[in-house]
Amino acid sequence: MPAAPAEPLLEVEDLVVEYGLDPPVRAVDQVSMRVERGEFVGIVGESGCGKSTLLYGIGRLLGPPARIVSGSVRFRGENMVELTDEELRRIRWRDYSVVMQSAMNALNPVLSIGAQLEDAIAAHERMPPDRMRERAAEVLRLVGIDPIHLKSYPHQLSGGMRQRAMIAMALVFSPDLVIMDEPTSALDVVAQRSLMLRVKRLQRELGFAVLFVTHDMSLVSHFSDRLAIMYAGQLVELGPTRELFTNPRHPYSVGLLQAFPSVFGERRRLTGIPGNPPDLRRPPPGCRFQPRCPRAFEPCGQVEPGEHRVGATDLVRCHLFARSEVVR
Amino acid sequence: MTGAGAGPGDPRAGEPRRDVILEARGLTRHFRVGGVFSRDILHAVDHVDLVIGEREIVALVGESGSGKSTVARLLALLYRPTAGEILFRGRPVSALRSRRRTLDYRRRVQMVFQDPFSSLSPVYPVSHAIVRALALHRPELSARERRAEAARLLEQVGLTPAAEVMGKYPHELSGGQRQRVGFAAALACRPEVILADEPVSMLDVSIRIGILNLMTRLRKEEGVSFLYITHDLASARYVADRMLVMYAGRVVEAGPCEQVLTDPRHPYTRLLLSAAPDPWAPLEETSLGDSGEPPRMVNPGPGCRFAPRCPLAEEICAHATPTLTELRPAHAAACHVAEREAASASQVRTDQDGIRS
Repeated sequence: MPAAPAEPLLEVEDLVVEYGLDPPVRAVDQVSMRVERGEFVGIVGESGCGKSTLLYGIGRLLGPPARIVSGSVRFRGENMVELTDEELRRIRWRDYSVVMQSAMNALNPVLSIGAQLEDAIAAHERMPPDRMRERAAEVLRLVGIDPIHLKSYPHQLSGGMRQRAMIAMALVFSPDLVIMDEPTSALDVVAQRSLMLRVKRLQRELGFAVLFVTHDMSLVSHFSDRLAIMYAGQLVELGPTRELFTNPRHPYSVGLLQAFPSVFGERRRLTGIPGNPPDLRRPPPGCRFQPRCPRAFEPCGQVEPGEHRVGATDLVRCHLFARSEVVR
Repeated sequence: MTGAGAGPGDPRAGEPRRDVILEARGLTRHFRVGGVFSRDILHAVDHVDLVIGEREIVALVGESGSGKSTVARLLALLYRPTAGEILFRGRPVSALRSRRRTLDYRRRVQMVFQDPFSSLSPVYPVSHAIVRALALHRPELSARERRAEAARLLEQVGLTPAAEVMGKYPHELSGGQRQRVGFAAALACRPEVILADEPVSMLDVSIRIGILNLMTRLRKEEGVSFLYITHDLASARYVADRMLVMYAGRVVEAGPCEQVLTDPRHPYTRLLLSAAPDPWAPLEETSLGDSGEPPRMVNPGPGCRFAPRCPLAEEICAHATPTLTELRPAHAAACHVAEREAASASQVRTDQDGIRS
């Protein structure tokens, strides 16, 4: 891959997020990644790996006891970590927006969909009421909901429609970046697939970038441009999605691919990954995956692996690739 | 122990016909919904036939609200059927009169629930659930034998060292470990069938496969049959011999997993298959098509319940309810169009080379 263009849309550098004090839990540990304009990046990991915390850190949505300890998040050149609340308010929702997990349950049950969309618009921009209504109808149409539902209440819509309404809300200002935290996990497979196709189509047409967190790497397999795998607070692999599926480098990525059966692939016995993720209050010395790693060798228990570029894969955090180019 | 080579993909074709352990005939369960004066009836399960053979794993696949969990609860006698019959080794369960007989059925047909976080009591150590099941269902064991058996069961489900695990409380265990405790407690009764209701859907991806492998191992080593309830076609294919696909309270397709997945006959099965998230699925830019709107299950009229979403729907589908019909050996679907196609295809075959239709 050629050197990335001068200014990516989002550039996260050495981001560290901790929870609590005694001892602090380092949920996100020195994560660095960039997202180009219009790019769809998936972040995959198991529960407790810090993937949601990373998203919220990037979106400056963390509240106590979580805090950003160090690192920077440059969004369109501005360091988000240093922005005041007032400065954040200026760009939040207008330039980047968020769709949360089971956000469909975040809709206010006693307000119509239209009223809630207009509320979201009014909170960030002064607009005449009829223009506001027009915009609300416009974004509903974008996500495939008939504007007739502006008058509907959340309980009158199916789960899939409510989730689409939330995505409509995230798009009212045509942001550059939409952050999504498992937006489909509460949906059935057919609704899930349909939502993914729609998000992908909108992303292509409107040109926004997507940061998409999920625990299910097969879900994003056909949709993300690049995929990041997180384990115990760290990025362990980051690269083009297809490369990750056909040529996984990190033993954890290899293990994940061995962990779920396929409907279409060859029918074979799978093994999963033995053991459990480490306690982040007391992470193991050296590589965090080492206690579960089938390929662990001498240095893994003592020395933290660095990040290496291997072939088309942007980043692999593993001693097996110690000879490859060091990224950081 | 299932050897490394002997996977769940072992060819089971050619095995002798299994003895039927559990059978449902026309199983139906309706719920009254709405207020006191409401006449609304939710058709959760309508006319479900199913058979679970000896040492067989049958998958019941469907989306949320399709009635699959209600079927499990009916089989576990947690609900009374509105109509239909459950037979255990050929005997109707409704004829079980005495408490002793009912208890015996409940012992033989065990259930493992979806949520390992709420199905274990937080105030007792792990051993409690298992020892208690042993005390209730196997009174011949002494207290010491019960502890020994509990330890054996924990090892059987892969929780080692058992002595240490027995003293732990549920909050000290991970989700996967808790689900294993659930299986150990079910096994304590020496069941013949375990009804596993989405046992892996709340677990992390890397843990799931261990539970699925556990099911195939228990089938092999303890001789237990399973009804595996899931929304995930891939895991159904991984563990099960046969699968039943449910839609809106009805079984729409049934057959050996490989047959159903490689040659699905019901349009709903095809839709499910095309929506399955799978990195090895063919890379095609499908149209948005079906957005997964749920079916109407309160006071449904006649006709096929999938018809409003069905790309193949014809006039007949709106007023005649299709029945589950065998379209080729062991493979059945409830679809007017599929039935007609199968009939004409078999007609062609018969004409051509005289194969029996």
